Order: sequence, then structure tokens, then C-alpha cells
Amino acid sequence: MGDPMRIRAAESNGIVDVKILMKHDMESGQRKDASGKLIPAWFISTVSVKAQGKEVFAANFGSAISKDPFLNFKYKGSKGDKLVVSWVDTKGDKRSDEATVS
Amino acid sequence: MKLPFHNSMQTHFRLLVKFVVASGILIGATTVFAQSTADEIAKYRQMIADGNPSELYEDAGAELWKKPAGPKNATLEKCNLGLGPGVIKGASAQLPRYFADTNKVQDLESRLITCMSTLQGISAQEIIEAPFQKGLKKDMDALVAYVVTASKDQKIKVSTKHPKEKEAYELGKRAFYFQGGPMDFSCATCHGSEGKRIRLQDLPNLTSQAGAAAGWGSWPAYRVSSGQFWTMGLRLNDCYRQQRFPFPIYGSDLLTAVSMYMAVNANGGTMQTPGLKR
Amino acid sequence: MKTKLLLSFALLVGLNPLAMAQTSFDAKFQKMMAEGFRAEGIAGLDRIKQDETQKFCSDPKQINTKQGAAKAIEIQKINMASIKQPADGKYIGDWKSGEAIAQSGRGATWTDKADTVNGGGCYNCHEINKKEISYGNIGPSLWNYGKNRGYSQEVLVYTWNRINNSKAYNACSNMPRFGHFNLLTQEQMQDVMALLLDPQSPVNQ
Repeated sequence: MGDPMRIRAAESNGIVDVKILMKHDMESGQRKDASGKLIPAWFISTVSVKAQGKEVFAANFGSAISKDPFLNFKYKGSKGDKLVVSWVDTKGDKRSDEATVS
Repeated sequence: MKLPFHNSMQTHFRLLVKFVVASGILIGATTVFAQSTADEIAKYRQMIADGNPSELYEDAGAELWKKPAGPKNATLEKCNLGLGPGVIKGASAQLPRYFADTNKVQDLESRLITCMSTLQGISAQEIIEAPFQKGLKKDMDALVAYVVTASKDQKIKVSTKHPKEKEAYELGKRAFYFQGGPMDFSCATCHGSEGKRIRLQDLPNLTSQAGAAAGWGSWPAYRVSSGQFWTMGLRLNDCYRQQRFPFPIYGSDLLTAVSMYMAVNANGGTMQTPGLKR
Repeated sequence: MKTKLLLSFALLVGLNPLAMAQTSFDAKFQKMMAEGFRAEGIAGLDRIKQDETQKFCSDPKQINTKQGAAKAIEIQKINMASIKQPADGKYIGDWKSGEAIAQSGRGATWTDKADTVNGGGCYNCHEINKKEISYGNIGPSLWNYGKNRGYSQEVLVYTWNRINNSKAYNACSNMPRFGHFNLLTQEQMQDVMALLLDPQSPVNQ
């Protein structure tokens, strides 16, 4: 189970602005350690956001995704929407957090 | 652009503007370059300010604060950071300060060591010796992020009323100017005057109020280039490393004194913590 | 009467309260420094044992006094006297290597090893080749260094001395003493000299 995310979501004029901070070290797979060996790739590969059970955002991340990434997107929604944000990484580790749109 | 002039005056005005802008660009070429670089960096910082990964450390710290830990299986909820047991709001904006129970001036990390050891029974020496960013220092990072977030936008208000506070300031000042190592560096070598930069990294003048407020007020911070949250203890440690000094002891009176010097100079400024750095 | 005598005696002998306060503060400072550091890697505690130059330049108030000005000249003489001219008599090495040395800020920290090749870190403080825009401003620009000053023996020796020990000319210069503390080898300093004083160097175009 990965580390907790921070999710903020505020609705205005029918548009919900969602801001998500994910906690995750990332390895692109290109870096070498002190002995010259390649450090294996390890990064968040998929992200899914559901609002009231319906998927409103989906992403496939590549090896260039930054450490502790910040994600910001908008969707048509309402105050009180139940958001579930989930990610899966290349090692199969997962994380899921919930938030309510204010 | 609509100008309230007669047609021919409009043309003249436009030509004048073009000429002034063109010559301004030529004359101010090098200063404009430096200025625009600084401006662009400021713009970049504003863009990424929303979503400071320090918030993730803050969340972890908020949990740790309330979690029973150590041999005494106690939380940190009674930790006194100077404004009373458990009072976090505004506390780090008034640190370092004198504490009667330990009879010494302490900065935030030094005081958190006190709380973790007296309330929770965790070994102070183990915290001091833990490598940065790992184990007990990782916990410290989270706690620091939690505490300093509660002082964001607060006025820096560090007292020198107590004789030990005055003394810590003077000791810190002397340490600030202390030259040593094979490069003869002191803190003042880089941070002792206005308008200096190493490569393209601007250096705050920590001897002036404005510079000290900019420096002291923006650390601890999340460093984007390394993806790490740096407490003031780590920031000072790395300063000494680059000064080619020996290793400063974590939580020592030396680091408290140097912190005191910067914090008092910064008085009247505003805490921007946790910061976001390149 | 006796206390008055005792007091004046004490003051005469130098036990005046101001001096005592100063010594007690000194002692506190020394203790704080001694207890504030430990050795790590190649950075030993000898590094906080100050030489005369460092002691003098750590007191900004003293520097601006009349005695300070006199002491500064003394410090400059001591530093000048310790400079060694190149053993092989060569002042100019290879400017391409010189540029690499100027670009590298490596070495001498506790994360470096004893066999780490030190850099000069010159671009940290100086503009040198105008093509390099990432430069600091703690020291003056060295662009067209040779072109502006000429390539006389005097300029060669002066520049060599500056790189070896800048404090021979300015007691509290911010520039590290690259020769004095063996931060750079003689060959490396000859290469930096070439960067500045080889007429073919890009710095002099």
C-alpha cells in the first residue's frame, strides 16, 4: 500500500477543479547506482479518478513522470461528489484515497 | 491599441515607442538578461507553488504528532514549542527561543528532539545520529513540515529579551563570520553582502533584514531538483559541507546559534514555510 | 579603603570586567565550536583550527580599524612569502584542460575522497569565457583577461600568484588559496593560467 495522497477538489459554476499530490519515488530505469548497475524502473503507471462511481479521469504515466507528481484537472460535477483516486505502479503496488468535492 | 491622438501624432507616438523600446533593449541588454532570468524563475515558482510536495510531509507529520510512539508509548500532543503544550500555530515563527525546562535556547529541531525524548522516551542520540531522510530523521522531516506549515504567513517574531537569547545571537554572529577549512569560507563569504550569486543561484544577504527574511523565511522547503524535503538542519549541514568544514553535529548549540542569528535578523519578515526550491 | 585598593589593583592587573566578559564569551564560543563539529570523511577537525589569515578575516569590525589596516598588510606579506613559483618554470599549460578545471566545483568536501580530482570552481564566482552564461558574480569578470592586460612576465607572475594565494594581494579576499592549500596541482594551475593567458584561448578572442 503506497503513501497517502493529498486531494483537493472545489466546484465552481458546475466545474470541479481537482488537485492531487501523489507521494512516490520514481526511477526511470536509466539511472545507475554507485557500482554502475542500472537501477530498475519503478514508477506510477496508471491513475484513475472516479466521481460518484463514474470514471472522470484516466492516465497512463511513462518513465519520465516526476517524483511526488502534482496532477490538476477539471471535470463537470457538483459539490458533494465522492471522489476516489487510485494509482498502480510498475511493481504492482497500489494506493487509493477518497475525497469529497467542496 | 487605440490611442486618443490625431492620426499623424499616433504614427509619431508609435515610432517613438518602438525606438524607446528598441534602445531600451540594447542599453539594458545584460541587466535585462539577469532580471528576466530572475523574473522567469519567480514565474516558474508561482506556477508550481500550488501542489508543493511539502504538503505530503505535512500530512505524515500530522499523523505522527498524534501517534503513540517510543518506549513510553506517548504522543507528541503535549510537546511545548514555546507557546504552551501542544500549541503549534505560530510556534516556529518565534523560534529559536529560551526554554526554562532545558535552561537553553533551542531551535525547532532541537526542541522536537527534546519532546521526542522526554515525552516518548526515544533516544536523543539515536535521532542525532540517524542519517538524513532516513528512520528517525524521516520522522523528523514530517514533524518539521507539520509544524512549520502552521506558521505560514505568520510574522517572524524572535525574542532576544532573555540573556541567553542575546548570547545565542552573538555566538551565532561570530560563527557566521568564522573562516575555516581549505577554502577559507565562512557563511559571510557567500551570504555577507548584497547582490551576490554563485553561478546563477542568487544568494540572500543574511546579515540584512530583507535577506535574512528571504532566507530564514523560506526554509524548510521541498527541493524539486532532488525530490527531497530539507529541514533547516539539513540545509545548514549542506552549507557546511560546501564550505569544506567538518560535519556539524545535528541539534548542536552551534546550529541553534547560527539559526538564532538569521532568525533575529529576519524579525519583522513573514514565514513562507514550507518553501519550494529548485 | 581596602576594597578600593583591591579594586584598582585588580583593574591594573587587567581583571577589568569588560575584559573578563570578553574572555568568558571567547571561552563560550570556543566550546560551542569544539562541540559543534565532528570529523567526517576527508574533512577533519583540523579544518576549524584557524591560521592567522582566517583569524584576522573572521572579525569584520577589526578589519576596518587603523590597526586592522596595518595587520592586513602584514597578512598579505606572510601569504606572499609562502607562494612557490612553478618548479619547471612553465606558466602556461593547456587552456582546454583549464576550462574543464574552471567548470568543475568538485573536491575537498566530506563526500569527496582523498583521490578525488579537485576542480577550481572558477565559474562559481567569475565570468570567464563569455560563451558560458552560467557564472557567478562574487569575483570580477575575467573575460579577455590576457587581451586586456597583455602577456608580459609581470602579468604572468601576478596571475600565478593570484591563483596560488589571492590573499597575498588582498588580505581578506573571498578567493580560496588554491596553491597554498594544495587544492589544485601545479599542472592544473598552469592549465588555468593558459585559459586566461594563452593568446589562443577563447577567453582572449
